[in-house]
Amino acid sequence: MTATQETGYDEFLDALEAGEGYYAECSNGHGTLPPRRVCPHCGDRELETVPLAPTGEIVTYTTVSVPTPAFDDDAPYVTAIASFGPVRLTGIVRNAGEDDLEIGREVTVTIEPTETTDERTIAFEP
Amino acid sequence: MSKAFIGGTGMTSFGSFPDRTGRDMFAEAGLAALDDAGLAPEDVDEVFYGNFVGTLAENQGHQGPLAAEALGTTAPSRRVESACASSGLAIRDAVRAVRTGESDVVVAGGMERMSNMGTAGATDGLARAADDLFEVRSGVTFPAAYALLARAYFAEYGGDRTDLAHIAVKNHENALVNDHAHLQQEITVDDALEAPEIASPFGLYDACPISDGAAAVVLVSPAYAAEHSFDAGVAITGSGHGGDTMGVQDRRSLAKTPATRDAAEEAYDDAGIDPTDVGLAEVHDCFTIAEVLALEGLGLYSHGEAIGAARRGETRRDGALPVNLSGGLKAKGHPVGATGAAQVAAIRALLEGTHPRADAVGDDVTVGLAHNAGGTVASATVHVLEVAT
Repeated sequence: MTATQETGYDEFLDALEAGEGYYAECSNGHGTLPPRRVCPHCGDRELETVPLAPTGEIVTYTTVSVPTPAFDDDAPYVTAIASFGPVRLTGIVRNAGEDDLEIGREVTVTIEPTETTDERTIAFEP
Repeated sequence: MSKAFIGGTGMTSFGSFPDRTGRDMFAEAGLAALDDAGLAPEDVDEVFYGNFVGTLAENQGHQGPLAAEALGTTAPSRRVESACASSGLAIRDAVRAVRTGESDVVVAGGMERMSNMGTAGATDGLARAADDLFEVRSGVTFPAAYALLARAYFAEYGGDRTDLAHIAVKNHENALVNDHAHLQQEITVDDALEAPEIASPFGLYDACPISDGAAAVVLVSPAYAAEHSFDAGVAITGSGHGGDTMGVQDRRSLAKTPATRDAAEEAYDDAGIDPTDVGLAEVHDCFTIAEVLALEGLGLYSHGEAIGAARRGETRRDGALPVNLSGGLKAKGHPVGATGAAQVAAIRALLEGTHPRADAVGDDVTVGLAHNAGGTVASATVHVLEVAT
């Protein structure tokens, strides 16, 4: 993997790691993730930084058996989308297999290194 | 609106050809299309060339001029990239060019070479159609992205892996007589259900293969067609293009594809038809669930209804609305940048009666659809093809 910095995204992961996640909310109530200058849903430029809810709910998930090379040693693993109110996150589920999961299951969000590259990823824990 | 006449079509066989260069594959398809149209390279005013991962797969940027010269011309050209919808978009741009009269004869098509990257390399390449920061870095592969949609669809509308297996079985069966198809292999529902898992709920047969190949279409303007008494049996009469957020997580619904809906509404309106006029369709079935999402987005089925269409027989070749008679991406194969053009070529051949599955098209059918989707349907094109005379 590359050592390239991604301003906005890296700070977002730092915040998730510190348990201080956030998202941007526009004046029409749409949630979005950084870096953003404008709401992708309605074009509103009035974006306010709002704390991310401490827990989210799984809305869908899959067990990946055929990974990209960056996740070779991690597979099989579960990737899920979880809803945190107006914003959703995609992350890897830790400490649970597909059989332990269901749609609606509550999860917390954290940051974990991958087994393959040691890169940080968004992770969920039931 | 005016018609963009289809002068000719051409395609390579789709399959695994790791040693074939992209330029050679596109030359085969494009020259076949020109020959079919009875036109020469010097007649070509513009080339619209769809390609997705050529920069990675062939270490080659600026592929437009390379594609044009492969056809024996230095006419103005461009590479159009919109992931799996690259040549659907190339065709849309070409339709605009001939309808406005800016060009008289254009070649639109595309090529993809992926098998030379190996399964891991191609998986990595295909993942580039998803959001790198918020999806790929969270472990999303391309099959995984559609698997996330499939599970959300099941939760919202019902359906199961057996419904999906019937789609795979149908499209494999359709490809059995298509000698250009990547997979000419009959499978059963049990084969599909028992195949190794790639991204739950998908097994291997829920996914299209990693294919190489090229396809091309020659389009002719109405003025040129009239002036040269050009005899084209089929024309593109409607074109639509829809968009959505890049990442699945940002979609309002995970069980609907509004980009397809918007593209379809624009194309129907453009052609002056409605969904009940459509007699056959080639839709973007990169994964089995994608055919379901497409049929519902196109307005050919209500939401929640298309999941059982293949199982009930309605979209099989003897059904009321045959879908993916070519074998679809699922079995004909999916050389990403060539797919949209290959769909248009298939519909044209089916309407003209020259396709090996043309016997499944009723005599009263005059309207066909080609639906091409990019990424997890963050972009989609729809083209309406009609018998011209």
